[in-house]
Amino acid sequence: MSKKVTITIDGRRISAHEGEKLLWVALDSGIYIPHLCAIRGQDRPPAGCRLCFVEVGGRLGPVTACTEPIREGMVVRTRTPRVDRLVETAFRLLLSDHRLDCKNCTKNGRCELQVIARERGLGPDRDPLQPLPAKTYIDESPRTFVFDPGRCVLCGRCVWVDQQVAGVGAIGFSGRGIRRRVTTFGDSNLAESPCTECGLCVEVCPVGALFFKLPAKKTKGDS
Amino acid sequence: MRRENREREAGVMAVPSAEKFYAMLRSAAVAGLRILDEVPVIRIGTATCGIAAGALLVRDTFRDELNKRGIEARVMEVGCMGHCYAEPMVIITKPGFPSLCYNNVDEELAIHLVDDFLARGDPCYEFAMAALEPNDFFPTFQDFPRGIYEEKMILGDCGLIDPQEIDHFLARDGYLALCKALQTESNQVLQEIKKANLRGRGGAGFPAGEKWDMARKAPGEIKFVICNGDEGDPGAFMDRNILESNPHLVIEGMIICAYCVGASRGFLYIRSEYRQAVCRMERALEQAREKGLLGERILGSNFSFNLEIFTAAGAFVCGEGTALVKSMEGKMGIPEHRPPELAESGYLGKPTVLNNVKTFCYVPPIILRGARWFRDVGTPESPGTAVFALAGKISAPGLVEVPMGTTLRQLIDDVGGGVPHGKRFKAVQIGGPSGGCLPEQALDIPIDFDSLLGAGAMMGSGGIIVLDEDDCMVRIARFFLNFTQEESCGKCTFCRLGTRHMFRILDDIIRGKGEMGQLETLRRLAEDIKIGSLCNLGKTAPNPVLTTLRYFFDEYRAHISEKRCPALSCPELTVYFIEPKRCSKLCNVCIGSCPVEAIFTRDDGLKAIDQEKCVKCDNCLKACPPDYSAVIKLSPLSLLDERLGKNK
Repeated sequence: MSKKVTITIDGRRISAHEGEKLLWVALDSGIYIPHLCAIRGQDRPPAGCRLCFVEVGGRLGPVTACTEPIREGMVVRTRTPRVDRLVETAFRLLLSDHRLDCKNCTKNGRCELQVIARERGLGPDRDPLQPLPAKTYIDESPRTFVFDPGRCVLCGRCVWVDQQVAGVGAIGFSGRGIRRRVTTFGDSNLAESPCTECGLCVEVCPVGALFFKLPAKKTKGDS
Repeated sequence: MRRENREREAGVMAVPSAEKFYAMLRSAAVAGLRILDEVPVIRIGTATCGIAAGALLVRDTFRDELNKRGIEARVMEVGCMGHCYAEPMVIITKPGFPSLCYNNVDEELAIHLVDDFLARGDPCYEFAMAALEPNDFFPTFQDFPRGIYEEKMILGDCGLIDPQEIDHFLARDGYLALCKALQTESNQVLQEIKKANLRGRGGAGFPAGEKWDMARKAPGEIKFVICNGDEGDPGAFMDRNILESNPHLVIEGMIICAYCVGASRGFLYIRSEYRQAVCRMERALEQAREKGLLGERILGSNFSFNLEIFTAAGAFVCGEGTALVKSMEGKMGIPEHRPPELAESGYLGKPTVLNNVKTFCYVPPIILRGARWFRDVGTPESPGTAVFALAGKISAPGLVEVPMGTTLRQLIDDVGGGVPHGKRFKAVQIGGPSGGCLPEQALDIPIDFDSLLGAGAMMGSGGIIVLDEDDCMVRIARFFLNFTQEESCGKCTFCRLGTRHMFRILDDIIRGKGEMGQLETLRRLAEDIKIGSLCNLGKTAPNPVLTTLRYFFDEYRAHISEKRCPALSCPELTVYFIEPKRCSKLCNVCIGSCPVEAIFTRDDGLKAIDQEKCVKCDNCLKACPPDYSAVIKLSPLSLLDERLGKNK
């Protein structure tokens, strides 16, 4: 294990292992930093959701906490006007591409978008951005879960666990720009893909894009 | 002496020193080309640009006509000299005459030149464009306005040598720098590049020497050198031209780089759309290998380096280093967070030097002529020259190489001949989709890597698009935003969604559906995308919008509050109208030009446009004879009612 160093986050002195990523150190110390795409243990975090911005003393602009290694004496601020503005913009951008239907969503109350909104005081009401056309297709083909791309925020957690943890490789990204999406090879539905329904992807989904079917439905055909 | 003994003992033939090896290659090349001094030589520019203008037909015509008349001459295919407006270009060198260059050569002129010049002895000065060497008869390219500013450090041989014959390059001291480098300690070679302060020509201007040093010092046996030929900016064609016109210069630069950093393998990453560049480079690599300039024990030294082409799929984002490397590894071409830099962990996780085509081209001349020579040109912080692709509303579009520190005004007015057709200059878009639109008042800024940043633009890799009064700046901003949002990889939130929203707002504005409040959203988004994006594609994507908002805010306002397009360019805000006072009963040209039969003859014999049918194709405006110029455009749409009311 690397050596222990002391850093300061929002005025609090925290001891952590050198080289560890700032995001996890802050979260473990009970300091919230918004985040969607990062997963513990990733060699190279994707740094794609652009939510975990913080300001680090000595650095010119805001940096992403998921990629920032801990160094002795570093001074971190998680709330500055610049950080708050970036987080708000990123959040509103994501929301403009997320089908807002919280009361019918199984993740209601546990959704990480809701956590961010609560922690940073961001509501959907003041959003000046026109919502983008929602994706309407829903894949209900797996026996145990449902994939609803209209709610997907493209964080890539599901793809990472599918490929790196489960080692299945049923899903991946395709498309460029606004057409980027999580999909299977050849765009088949999940039931026809190599998916083993291990459920890991559903567990890591921060929003309601992947969710388990209700148990009643699951046992219906079995008995 | 001792070494020779050892080699004899080992049973190998004594290998000549690099110097001797090179001298042999060069003298063989010179001897082989001596024939070119004895017979007339016809050089035809057949880079992609020349071919598009019809150079292959011209080449065949020359061959056929020479054969028919039994004239002994060499028809040679060369690259491009950068005078796009003059393609196809032909250079005829006939003993006893200065080498003469002819512009816009077609079959007819080719036959004429064979008859009068090659068969008889009349050089047809009336068709000549310039002579190559100073002489008593005809001006040279140096006498052109652009010749005064141009200084060719890397484009000097483009358009003069046959890119498919290595001997042409060797005869002009090609690979001499490599020979010199291989006899010098590699760190010393690197120090020369550092001393020259050669900055990366891909756009960011990062010092190449420092990058190489990082890779050199990075631990590991296996290292790579990659040449970034994924040129993708709209309107930019610098790298293509060099790859097609002088491939060996790039190869030589890459080998020297590999020698400095200790790399044994390299790749030329060239987009597959650049077919001609890929073909010529393949042949160049083959010839370099045959001559012992590439591969095992280069020029008989202990240094080995293999180079191959990676044909890329041509995604704009793959010009970004980390995405480029991932695409080579067979993964999706999507950028990664930096650090680690490629010099520490690049292709296959190994230390990798990635430089632009042009950057490698500067290496051989620097090694040959020294860092001082390089630093004497350009500005202290950005030494050397810059290659620009001039395009858009400019009289003489083309590829030019000028010292760093040349101003935009010199580049546009003097080198490029200014805006054609008596139109007024409006703006210049520099640096492609990552750059900005600069107005008249910014034209006197000397261009180097750092100077344009304050004005909101960047030099980028050298694309320059000139815009005139007919170009709507909101549309231009929308054009570039459309490009970046299409080419965005979609990985990060700001670039994927932010550029999309910016595009939607701009789209609303040009359709007359914009609101003033949206401009604030647009600006905020632009500023946040600039800071928040993961890679430089996103970080620079808002520049065209930010600069047009800064310099051409009036145009945005006119679109939104008056529903008027000041450039009369946005179809949703503009109507075509035939001015009855100017129209003639005797002319029907516009009717024939209209593809949708929107133009009809009024009872009084004059013409008018049925606005319901009009698709605003611009044909009638172009067709109407200049004597009448009766077709005009009106914006906002409400002007039409005024006119109709007035003329009833």
